[in-house]
Amino acid sequence: MTSQADVALKRTALNTIHRAAGAKMVEFGGWEMPVEYSGITEEHWAVRRAAGLFDVSHMGEIEIWGTSSPELLQYLTANDIARLQIGQAQYTALVYPQGSAVDDCVVHRLDRERFLICVNAASTEKDFNWIMTHNVAEVGLRDASADYSQLALQGPKAIEILTRLTSADLPGLRTYWFTRAVCAGVEGLIARTGYTGEDGFEFYFPPEESERVWNAILDAGRTQGVVPAGLGARNTLRLEAAYPLYGHELDEETTLLEAGLGWICKFDKGDFIGRAALLAEREQGLKKKLVGFEMIERGIAREGYPVWIGGRPVGKVTSGSPAPFLQKNIGLAYVPPELARVGVGLEIEIRGKKVAAWQVALPFYKRAKSSAPAN
Amino acid sequence: MSYPAEFLYTKDHEWVLVEADRATIGVTDYAQKELGDVVFVELPRVGDSVTAAQPFGVVESVKAVSDVFAPVSGSVEEVNSRLQDKPELVNSDPHGDGWLIRVRMTDPRGTEKLMAADAYETYLRETQTR
Repeated sequence: MTSQADVALKRTALNTIHRAAGAKMVEFGGWEMPVEYSGITEEHWAVRRAAGLFDVSHMGEIEIWGTSSPELLQYLTANDIARLQIGQAQYTALVYPQGSAVDDCVVHRLDRERFLICVNAASTEKDFNWIMTHNVAEVGLRDASADYSQLALQGPKAIEILTRLTSADLPGLRTYWFTRAVCAGVEGLIARTGYTGEDGFEFYFPPEESERVWNAILDAGRTQGVVPAGLGARNTLRLEAAYPLYGHELDEETTLLEAGLGWICKFDKGDFIGRAALLAEREQGLKKKLVGFEMIERGIAREGYPVWIGGRPVGKVTSGSPAPFLQKNIGLAYVPPELARVGVGLEIEIRGKKVAAWQVALPFYKRAKSSAPAN
Repeated sequence: MSYPAEFLYTKDHEWVLVEADRATIGVTDYAQKELGDVVFVELPRVGDSVTAAQPFGVVESVKAVSDVFAPVSGSVEEVNSRLQDKPELVNSDPHGDGWLIRVRMTDPRGTEKLMAADAYETYLRETQTR
């Protein structure tokens, strides 16, 4: 809470709006962000039942263009750029030679040779430098983070609400596709993506229009029960959906396979940084594996708490929290692969006491089939 | 919400109601707002001793784990067992049904460093405008 720290924090264009709405502000990835407005539980439920509006303008945006840009991305990321069509988005990761993630990110193909990558706030500079270091073919590269505000409207009512503000064909927009469109009078990019486990959209647009777009969405969704939602609910929502968060489930020490992201590693696409290490690991076996667990006894697991199985410490909790919608205390942890099995018990050490839990299938929460056509 | 004049307050946002040598302890309305939705409360057992300015329990919100510090020293006579099933009482009635523990004080002078309600409110204003 020191004033020096406050000065150094970056602020989104909506900072004043959040404060006026009574948001509790916290530091996150070098930004001052709203963590909650009416309360995490209420905001979490609103997203599962109606809709929540998140300011996620702290996320970084990197633009890449030029003749060799597809090849560069193909070499730097795990997923297959060749399968990505114009207008489509792809969840992927920038990979270190040892198979761990520089960052996880979403690549949007704006054109055959033009891409917009949405990256984690705290990793933006690291990612940019990583890409630049490997840019041998004079690919255009720009940190465009300052050019974009990003709002996420998430929840079953998101489509109905946003449809009132845009002429874009939202029902026709498939999951992980995007379109250029005018929304609330502002031109930008609407993607059917999100980080909550619900249907929803993310809108990228010029920051100077932030207040107008924010207010328009809240007004349009009032009767549907839309609420502003903060990073607190964003975290509990992504945890129920078992989405990894960089710095927690993902870091420089953890390979994509260990994190359960084998599905984004497309080994048949040709060479990419980290491919050899990941293939060797697949051959020789993992050192640890990400599992989901549910507390049996009373207690809440938190990041960093030791995990015990059979009387010995075997790993650490990477994320742990009450799950407001599931109404259980859940968490993610790394354990030795031979102990990673649904149904196997474990103990979480909470303030020196071992509290019983058991492994459950991931994700913890999966929404009922949505109206969105599948990929 | 106003801060009851009969309570004394700590800088860590606990309140204490002293009646003879018995002290009832809870967290303030400011504290519960800062915590957010309280989902779990861990308290000492009857008979345990608590020491002034030392943590005696834990209050967890969805987001965070916070220690609760004892305003006075003493031995625990009673804990608010309702909080086991209804931790949200800390949010809805922090100065009443959301109380945490009752202790028999070992040192009656232990309250000298605590703030009266008006001093606590001044302290809050200074903290918030910083």
